[in-house]
Amino acid sequence: MHAHSRTLNFILIAAAVALAAFPLAGSTFYTQLITKIMIMAIFAMSLDLLVGYTGLVSFGHAAFFGLAGYALALMVPKYEAASLWWTLPAAMAVCAAFALVTGALVLRTRGIFFIMVTLAFAQMVFFVFHDTKLGGGSDGIYIYNKPHLKLGEATLLDLEKLDHFYYLVLALLVVAFLVLRRMLGSTFGHALVGIKVNEHRMRALGFPAFRYKLAAYVVSGALAGMAGYLAAVQFGFVNPEIISWHQSGAVLMMVILGGMGTLYGPMIGAFAFVLMQELFSNQAWFGAYAKHWQLAMGITIILVALYLPQGLAGLLQKVGRKKEAAAEPDHD
Amino acid sequence: MDFAFFLIQLLNGLQYGLLLFLVASGLTLIFGIMGIINLAHGSFYMVGAYLAWSLAGMTGSLSAAILLGVVLTVLLGVALEWLLIRHFYDRDHLYQVLLTYGLILVFEEMRSVIWGDDVHGVPVPALLAHSIPLTENLSYPVYRLVISGVCLLLALAMYFLIARTRLGMMIRAGSSNRDMVQSLGINIKLIYTLVFALGVALAAFAGMINAPLASVFPNMGGGVLIICFVVVVIGGIGSVKGAMAASLLIGLAETFGQVIEIEVAGFKVLPELSGMIVYVLMAAVLVWRPEGLFRKL
Repeated sequence: MHAHSRTLNFILIAAAVALAAFPLAGSTFYTQLITKIMIMAIFAMSLDLLVGYTGLVSFGHAAFFGLAGYALALMVPKYEAASLWWTLPAAMAVCAAFALVTGALVLRTRGIFFIMVTLAFAQMVFFVFHDTKLGGGSDGIYIYNKPHLKLGEATLLDLEKLDHFYYLVLALLVVAFLVLRRMLGSTFGHALVGIKVNEHRMRALGFPAFRYKLAAYVVSGALAGMAGYLAAVQFGFVNPEIISWHQSGAVLMMVILGGMGTLYGPMIGAFAFVLMQELFSNQAWFGAYAKHWQLAMGITIILVALYLPQGLAGLLQKVGRKKEAAAEPDHD
Repeated sequence: MDFAFFLIQLLNGLQYGLLLFLVASGLTLIFGIMGIINLAHGSFYMVGAYLAWSLAGMTGSLSAAILLGVVLTVLLGVALEWLLIRHFYDRDHLYQVLLTYGLILVFEEMRSVIWGDDVHGVPVPALLAHSIPLTENLSYPVYRLVISGVCLLLALAMYFLIARTRLGMMIRAGSSNRDMVQSLGINIKLIYTLVFALGVALAAFAGMINAPLASVFPNMGGGVLIICFVVVVIGGIGSVKGAMAASLLIGLAETFGQVIEIEVAGFKVLPELSGMIVYVLMAAVLVWRPEGLFRKL
């Protein structure tokens, strides 16, 4: 186990280094693509905290993602760029507050009911932005000026610049991962896993299960908000589609595809999901069929459900374990 | 709101609710009896609508198209259960979500490959293309009344099947204890296949009879799926009675939500936010009764 987690750390650090070096070699197109993937990785990781660790299958996670995007769009002044200093924390705070209020209600339910109530709240947010003029209706709002990060007069980060934005997203991805891992390694994290396995027992042991779940829900919502903020910055506009149930479904797919309850699994899932989309819609390779890329996507998802219950991360672990076993025949 | 207008909305709401019931009852049976979360249920509704359009074009008659379509969708249901669904009875709900989400994508793209991406209309059969005049300038289409009637008949038939027949008894028994029923010598696998095929055919049938009213278009299954999940959750999972009550509730709430005007502090709440009504209703029901309105079957 110990050797295994050391190998894992090594791989994760190597991956981070590779990502840091990527913009030096990659074209603009691929740098933007990887940026998008890393944003989705943050989003998927935030959901893993609920699905994989706490056993709360949320089918409405796009609500936080979209809410933060709209929060940014509404905070950006019309003719100048907003400051990253306060708009990012503010957007995340909006999501945390929304998670606190809705979490207090949805956490009363469990199982399939939880899946459906989270969906219901996401749909409510969707319709607020879709049907009222608050966020420009179904057309959405453009974000003409991307935020910047200034210290005094010096501009530290200008998110109009691709590489600045890329490294900000990478840094936030690493920070989010480390914070979550730290959190999950603490008593709080073990209590969450305990709640997933047997909530009654945890309550009998004196853990305030409801408050723990609510805390996880709020942290997860705020992190999803961070991803939504970054996505809004990247696309330069927000519209209700980012809150649609398809978005909630897609991020759930990333978590399961990658392997839930591992944190790095959902990151792999985000990479695999977005890259598959790119691959199957590649006209040079699939010609006229590229238009029907969702067919290949759907078949892949079905095959994963049938044959890869632990997701891609489970597959990697299996390969890793086999190698370890081959290297040390006495290993138990 | 005068009486004729109110009557029209009431009939529309009931008709919409009854149609929802056809889709939702299959969803709730598949979940309640087989324990399968089926996200692809809306796709069956879409497949039904497209089948009605293309078969009606080929045969020149909507009723012939519906007959043929029902046979085809029953076969589709049997094949799906046999090939995929039965491997997921003992798996966690998450994998059922994964499988059926994949199925949505497959069905949607197959629709695009076979039938294209255009919006189509299906004509109301000439025999039923009349309206009943209510006042000088308001009237009510006969076809909608026929839909309501057919849905009601099907609902009654389903109640009879589940509550009064030997097969229904086996279905009810299977939903409470699969292994026990199996060991009593009843072929539970066959019953599951039947229930799934029945659910598929009901959803597809709803798509078929509604095609002349709602037209046929890509991604039409998504909206229906979500609303039907709301119905199932409000009604109580696995409860056909609950699905009926919740379908009518949702049908009426959504229909009247679009025509009633409510202002709170100068801000128009309805009909501006009518899309939210069903979700607010669902949240309210679940806060009040976290298990839905009715118990099983």
